[in-house]
Amino acid sequence: MNRTTHDLMTEPLLRLQDVHYRYPGAASDALQGVSLAIAPKQFHAVLGPNGSGKTTLVRIALGGLTPLVGRADVIGVPASHWARQDLARVVGVVPQREDNLFPQRVRETVLLGRYPHLSLWGRERAADHDAVDRALAACDALHLADRWLWTLSGGEYQRVRVARALAQEPKLLVLDEPGMSLDLKHEMGLFELVLGLVHEPGLGVLMITHDLNLAARFADSLLLLEGGRPVAAGAPNDVLTQETVEKVFSWPVAMQTVDGRPQTVPLRQPKESRA
Amino acid sequence: MKWTVLAIVALLALVLSVVLGPAAVPLGELLHSDIVWNLRAPRALLAFLVGGSLGVAGASLQALVRNPLADPFLLGLSGGAGLGAVLAIALHLPGPWALPIAAFIGALAALGLVYRLGLIGGASLDPRILLLGGVAIGAFAAAITTAIVSLADAAELRNAFLWLWGGLSGASWDSVLLVALYAPIPLAVLLAASRPLDLLALGEESASYLGADVEKVKRRVYLAASLLTAAAVAVSGVIGFVGLVVPHIARLTWGHRHRSLLPAAFLGGGALLAFADTLARTVVAPRELPVGVVTALIGVPVFALLLRRWTVA
Repeated sequence: MNRTTHDLMTEPLLRLQDVHYRYPGAASDALQGVSLAIAPKQFHAVLGPNGSGKTTLVRIALGGLTPLVGRADVIGVPASHWARQDLARVVGVVPQREDNLFPQRVRETVLLGRYPHLSLWGRERAADHDAVDRALAACDALHLADRWLWTLSGGEYQRVRVARALAQEPKLLVLDEPGMSLDLKHEMGLFELVLGLVHEPGLGVLMITHDLNLAARFADSLLLLEGGRPVAAGAPNDVLTQETVEKVFSWPVAMQTVDGRPQTVPLRQPKESRA
Repeated sequence: MKWTVLAIVALLALVLSVVLGPAAVPLGELLHSDIVWNLRAPRALLAFLVGGSLGVAGASLQALVRNPLADPFLLGLSGGAGLGAVLAIALHLPGPWALPIAAFIGALAALGLVYRLGLIGGASLDPRILLLGGVAIGAFAAAITTAIVSLADAAELRNAFLWLWGGLSGASWDSVLLVALYAPIPLAVLLAASRPLDLLALGEESASYLGADVEKVKRRVYLAASLLTAAAVAVSGVIGFVGLVVPHIARLTWGHRHRSLLPAAFLGGGALLAFADTLARTVVAPRELPVGVVTALIGVPVFALLLRRWTVA
């Protein structure tokens, strides 16, 4: 799939247009009229309670599912039409879960990110090993290169997985709940790292998260989903209002502002209203 | 260095299996001996090819079904091949090739059934169902096999039973040639899949995000590894543990990257089976043990040690 420079400059990396999807046999739509566009240097976060369609949205964006109505295009081509190997040169993904069948060292696992750039019988060349080093350095993980994966802390492990996605040299980075089970320092460190990649080399980022506060602090643009429907989309201050958050998450909250971004504080429920 | 050691071990296993045997052939006459040329040399080569094929099939299937304890015969092929072979014996099918062909057809039938079962959930081949389906089909075929064997007369029963434990006494230059022409095709398919197999160890979702065409890879690997096993079982019966233990030992030394693991498993499997067959022919000479007995006697203790290491690590 040869895209010209012209296409790269004019087409957004990812564009969902009025996407509807329903799983076979399901009683209701998993996604209903969702739209989204991500250009280079944009940090986009998708928020929503459990079961709001965030995972379905990622599957559609990556071509694993085809929308029943609407379009999901990666650089102007329907996501499901891409050959997996071509898509992996454009989109790097840090999935929520994975378990490695065999013990592996950090450098080996990051080298797997070079797979989409290799020919069938091709050996990794110096350029591939350089890309691995650059990716590890960008994630501040070069010193971990020779460690076994199982010896890493949760935060180090996530950085290594981001490095593997970077070794693909993608234009778009997709992260599914990357901050889960990380402590404060490592969670903030990871978000700072991702934001740094948005500035340099200018990746587009699609992040799935249910952490409203971190999304509001770091992302340029938010999409809030509820039951597969887009509730609000746009700049954090427009999306995360007290009224919207309380409605979507069914819990009373107070809103504060830090660094000019809205921060949500869940309130204790008064005794008489507790079930 | 480790490749040199492996190459020397493989060569040594081949040389030993040509030099040693129940009939004493003086070293000086080795190259002129009919016994060496017509019996030992083809048998050593066949053992090497079969052992190597089982090693590669085992290593690939372990990655496919995401289970480091998978054996090429776990997927029902041995049951199907055994049923085919026993049917050929019970029906007195004539000719030297009747038994291998019947075993091959039996293995293919099991392969087809298990593959169909693997697709039962829809368009995606489910490795877990391959594993369960393989065990079920194998058990079913083994039940029928036992029923036939129990109705057969004593001499036939002995033949069938011995065949089920594997043996290379039927080796000839024809069977060597046949395997040498057949095996490289599935072997090349598996070697070409070595990078996607690396990715598959991360799980299907991650593998596809890293650019592997997961569905194609799974089908290719299952079919190639099974066709390889089916050919091995047709010429030499069911030889257990080579496909389980050899990939494990290779993993300890070569790691889990299939690009080096698969060739190492081929050489190691070939060496192990050539060596085991030499033992099978010589320890109780002039009689012969089924080679599957020898591989199990060597393989089980090694396997127990590996399990210990596996759980300690």
